[in-house]
Amino acid sequence: MAQIDQSKIRNFCIVAHIDHGKSTLADRIIEMTGLLTSREMQAQVLDNMELERERGITIKAQTVRTIYKAKDGEEYVFNLIDTPGHVDFNYEVSRSLAACDGAILVVDAAQGIEAQTLANVYLALDHNLEVFPVINKIDLPSAEPDRVKNEIEDVIGIEAQDAPLISAKNGVGIEDVLEAVVQKVPAPGGNPEKPLQALIFDSIYDSYKGVIIFCRIMEGRVAKGTSIRMMATGATAEVVEVGYFGAGQFITCEELSAGMVGYITASIKNVKDTAVGDTVTDAENPCAEPLPGYKKVNSMVYCGVYPADGAKYPDLRDALEKLQLNDASLHYEPETSIALGFGFRCGFLGLLHLEIIQERLEREYNLDLVTTAPGVIYKVHTTKGEVIELTNPSNLPDPSEIEYMEEPVVSAEIMVTTEFIGSIMELCQERRGRYLGMEYMEETRALLKYDLPLNEIIYDFFDALKSRSRGYASFDYELKGYEQSELVKLDILINKEEVDALSFIVHKDSAYERGRKMCEKLKDEIPRHLFEIPIQAAIGGKIIARETVKAMRKDVLAKCYGGDITRKKKLLEKQKEGKKRMRQIGSVEIPQKAFMSVLKLDDK
Amino acid sequence: MKKLSIYIHIPFCVRKCLYCDFLSAPTEREVMDRYVNALCREIIKKSSICKEYIITTVFIGGGTPSILSGERIEKIIRTVRENYQMEAGCEISIEANPGTITPDKLESWRRAGINRLSIGLQSAQNNELKALGRIHSFEDFLYTYKMIVKSGFDNINIDLMSAIPKQTIASWQETLKAVCSLNPPPVHISAYSLIVEENTPFYENTPKLPEEDEERNMYKITNDILFDMGYMQYEISNYAKPGYECRHNQVYWRRGNYLGFGIGAASMVENVRYSNIRELGSYIHFCEGGLDAIEKTSLNHLSEKEQMEEFMFLGLRMTEGVCEEDFYRIFGASIEEIYPEIVEDFCRKGLLKRKFNRKTGEHWIMLTRYGIDVSNTVMAEFLLS
Repeated sequence: MAQIDQSKIRNFCIVAHIDHGKSTLADRIIEMTGLLTSREMQAQVLDNMELERERGITIKAQTVRTIYKAKDGEEYVFNLIDTPGHVDFNYEVSRSLAACDGAILVVDAAQGIEAQTLANVYLALDHNLEVFPVINKIDLPSAEPDRVKNEIEDVIGIEAQDAPLISAKNGVGIEDVLEAVVQKVPAPGGNPEKPLQALIFDSIYDSYKGVIIFCRIMEGRVAKGTSIRMMATGATAEVVEVGYFGAGQFITCEELSAGMVGYITASIKNVKDTAVGDTVTDAENPCAEPLPGYKKVNSMVYCGVYPADGAKYPDLRDALEKLQLNDASLHYEPETSIALGFGFRCGFLGLLHLEIIQERLEREYNLDLVTTAPGVIYKVHTTKGEVIELTNPSNLPDPSEIEYMEEPVVSAEIMVTTEFIGSIMELCQERRGRYLGMEYMEETRALLKYDLPLNEIIYDFFDALKSRSRGYASFDYELKGYEQSELVKLDILINKEEVDALSFIVHKDSAYERGRKMCEKLKDEIPRHLFEIPIQAAIGGKIIARETVKAMRKDVLAKCYGGDITRKKKLLEKQKEGKKRMRQIGSVEIPQKAFMSVLKLDDK
Repeated sequence: MKKLSIYIHIPFCVRKCLYCDFLSAPTEREVMDRYVNALCREIIKKSSICKEYIITTVFIGGGTPSILSGERIEKIIRTVRENYQMEAGCEISIEANPGTITPDKLESWRRAGINRLSIGLQSAQNNELKALGRIHSFEDFLYTYKMIVKSGFDNINIDLMSAIPKQTIASWQETLKAVCSLNPPPVHISAYSLIVEENTPFYENTPKLPEEDEERNMYKITNDILFDMGYMQYEISNYAKPGYECRHNQVYWRRGNYLGFGIGAASMVENVRYSNIRELGSYIHFCEGGLDAIEKTSLNHLSEKEQMEEFMFLGLRMTEGVCEEDFYRIFGASIEEIYPEIVEDFCRKGLLKRKFNRKTGEHWIMLTRYGIDVSNTVMAEFLLS
C-alpha cells in the first residue's frame, strides 16, 4: 500500500444530540467520498481474493476511512470515528474523542443546543479537539439558523457565523462540510520513527481473527510481526494483521504509522486484554509512558439474570461468556436465588447497557430470561468496621450489624425550556434530588443542576423526564461519589413466604409508597389459584402493605361443538404452557414477568 | 361390527345471534339447494370406506337445520340410510329453533326417522332473548313446543343459557322452572354458560354480564333444581332423565368414531382427526368435483400420547369420569404409571375423586363439584407434552 502523507489525514468525529442528524450526516459523508485513493483502487483489484475473504464481517463501530478529493485538487484520507451517543458509554465516548483531532458539532436548526450536546462538546474541548459547528435541518419550516448560531457562540463560545447550513436528509451543503473538515481539522502529529504508542478506542471479538483492536497510532508504527504489549493489562501478542476500515469491511494494509487510524489483530482471545483506553506499544521497543486517561470501567447497575427455564442455565453461562468476549464492561458472577434458582448477578454501565445485553441474550442466543429489579452498588458499613459493597439486596446483613449505608450519587444536568422548569424540578424533588443551581442558556431555556441518587434514576427517570416536558428536556449525568443515606430493604412476601428475588433497597421515605405499589402490581400479575394468596410488603419483619389475590372460582369452558375438540385442546395447552412459564414459590405459581414488575411501578 | 356416528352441519340461520361463533350465515334458497346436494355427494363418497361400520347415532346440527325444508332434510337422511348400515333404534337428532318449525316439517322429520329434537330456547325471559339477538319470544317457543308434542316427538332436549345479559339468579330460576313444568317436561336439558367468543358482536361490544360469583351460583342452582325435578347431570353442562342421555354427544367424550359432513365439520375415525374446509363456496366446489373437502392442515394421526390426553380430558367432562380399567385395556399401562401422583394430588385437593363399582369391579376417577368449576386446571395437568 502506498505511504500516506500525514498532512493529508483528517481524524474526526461527529458530536450531536440524539436525533439531530448525526448518522444521516455520516452516511452522506461516506456517500460523497470514495473508499479508496485512485492508487489504492488498482491495488484493490489485484487484492480481490483477499477482500472476498474479509467480506461478511461487519464492523461494530461505524468507524470508516474514506477518501475525499478536495477543491485544492489533493486527495485526503478521512477517518470518521463514530462515538456512542448515550451517557452509559461516557468513557467510551471520551476514548473515541481522544483518537480524533477534530469534531463536527451538529446542531438542529430548530431545536438548538441540548444538554447532551453540551456534555459532548465540553468533552471534545477537554480533549483539545478542534470543534466546528454545522447547522442541520435547515429545510425545516421551524429552522432558525441565525438564532442557533448565536446560541452556539453565546453558550459554547465557539465561532459559528460561517457554520455550514446543511440538510443532511436532502444532501444540501455536504460539500461545505467536507471542505471544512479539510480546512479546520488539523492534520495529525506524531513521529513514525518513535516507539509505538497507540490508543485503543474500541475492540471486538471475531471468531476467526480473535480480538480486533481499533486504534489510533499516536507515535511510531505497527506492522505484521510486531510484538505488541497492552500497557495497562500487560497482555502481549504478535501482530497477525493490520488494516483500516472500509464501509462494513476490514481492508488489510502493510503497516499503520503515526497519525493513522486502523485495526490490529494478534490472536488475542479476550477483549478484557484490550481494554478501551489502554495503550498499545512495541514490546521490544516500548514507549516511555502510556497515553493519559486510561481507567478501569466499573459497573454502575446490577441485576440478577436467570433463565426462564432452569435447564437453560449452562446456555446462559455460555452466552454471557461469549458476550463478554466482545464487551469488557459486562460483569457477571453466578448466584442462586431461592425463587429463581441458578443464575447470574450481572453488572452494567447503565440501564441502556442492561437492556442491550438482555436483548442480545434473548435474540442472538434465543434465551428466555427473568431479570430482577436493577439496583446500584451500596456501601454497607458494618458495626465491625467493615465495608461491604452490596450488589444483591438479599445479601444485606441484619440491621443490627449495620452502622450506616451509603449510596452512589450523580451530578445531573437537565436542559429544559422554561415552561417546564416547574414540573422538572418537582420530578427531581420526588427523586430526592438536591438542587444545585440553574443557568439560563437564553431567555427560553435553562440548565438545571442537581445531585441525584443513582438508584432514583436507573428505572424510569428518563421516561418521566420526557413525559413531563413533552419530550423537550434532555439529560446528562456523571457519577459524583457516595453519600450516607437512610436506606431500608423492602421484602415481598407471597403467601407468607419471602421471595428473595423481589427484595429491593429503597430510601426509607419512599418505602411505604413503593411497597404499596409493588403489592398492587403483583396482585394483577399473579393469577388466581385454588386458594387465597396474601401479598405483603415488609421492612424488617414489619408489614407495611397488603393485597390479596382471591381464590379462583371457575375456569373458562370451551365448547366442543359438533365433536370439534381442537379448541378445547388449545385452551388446555395454553393453560399448561402458561404454567410452565411460572415460578413455583411454595404452593404459589408466579409468572416470570412479575419479577420485572417492579420496573414499571410508575405506569399509570 | 364397528360403531360409527355421523354429524351433519347445516350452516344457515335466519339471523346470526350476537354471541354465536359457529359457522352459519343467512342465505338464499339456491345456495341451500347446492349445499344439500354437495352434502349428499360427500355422504355418498365417504360411505365406500365405511362398509365395516354400523351407524349408531346421527346428529344434524347448525346453524339452524330446521331452516331447511322438510324435503331437504328427508333427502339428507335418505342418503345416509341408502349408503350406510343403520343400527336398529339408531338415535337421529336434529337441532331446531322456534320460529322455523312447522307441522309439515315435523311430519317430514318423523317420516325420515328422526327421533330426537333439540330445541334452542336459551331463556324463558323475553328481555334476555332480545339481548341475545334471538328471533323468537318465549310465547313463540310455547306455541312451537305444543306443535312438537302434538306431532308425536317425545325425546326432546331444551338448550338453555346462563350468565347472559340482563339475567339474574331469580330470572334463571324462573327459566329452569318454566322448562321443567312444560307438559310433558323435556327429557333432556343442556345448560351452557355464555362464553364471549372472539369474532362475535358480543366480543366487539361486550354487554354487562353477571359477575363471576353470581354465575357460579347460577351453575349450582341449575343442578339443585334439575335434580329435584328428576334430571341427572351426566356431563359438565348436560342433564337428562335416566336413560335419555344424548348418545351422540357421549361418542365424542368416549372417543368413539364419528364422521362429520358439511363445512367445518370435525371427524375422528380410528384415531385420525380432521376437519372439513370452512368456506362454503370451496366446499360445494370440492364436493361437486368429487373431491375430499378436508382441510389438509387439520389432519392429525393421534400419537399414543395424544390419545391418552384425550381419554383423560374428554372423559372427565362426564360425571361418571374415566375408567381405569378401560385406560389399561386401551394403552397397556395404568393411569398411575402415565400420570404419576397427579390423580392423588388432585384427590387431596378435593378436585378429583375415585369410585369403585362393585357390580362391574371397575375403578373410576371423576371431577368433584369443585373440580367441575375449575376443570381446565385439572384437565391441563393430563396433557403430556
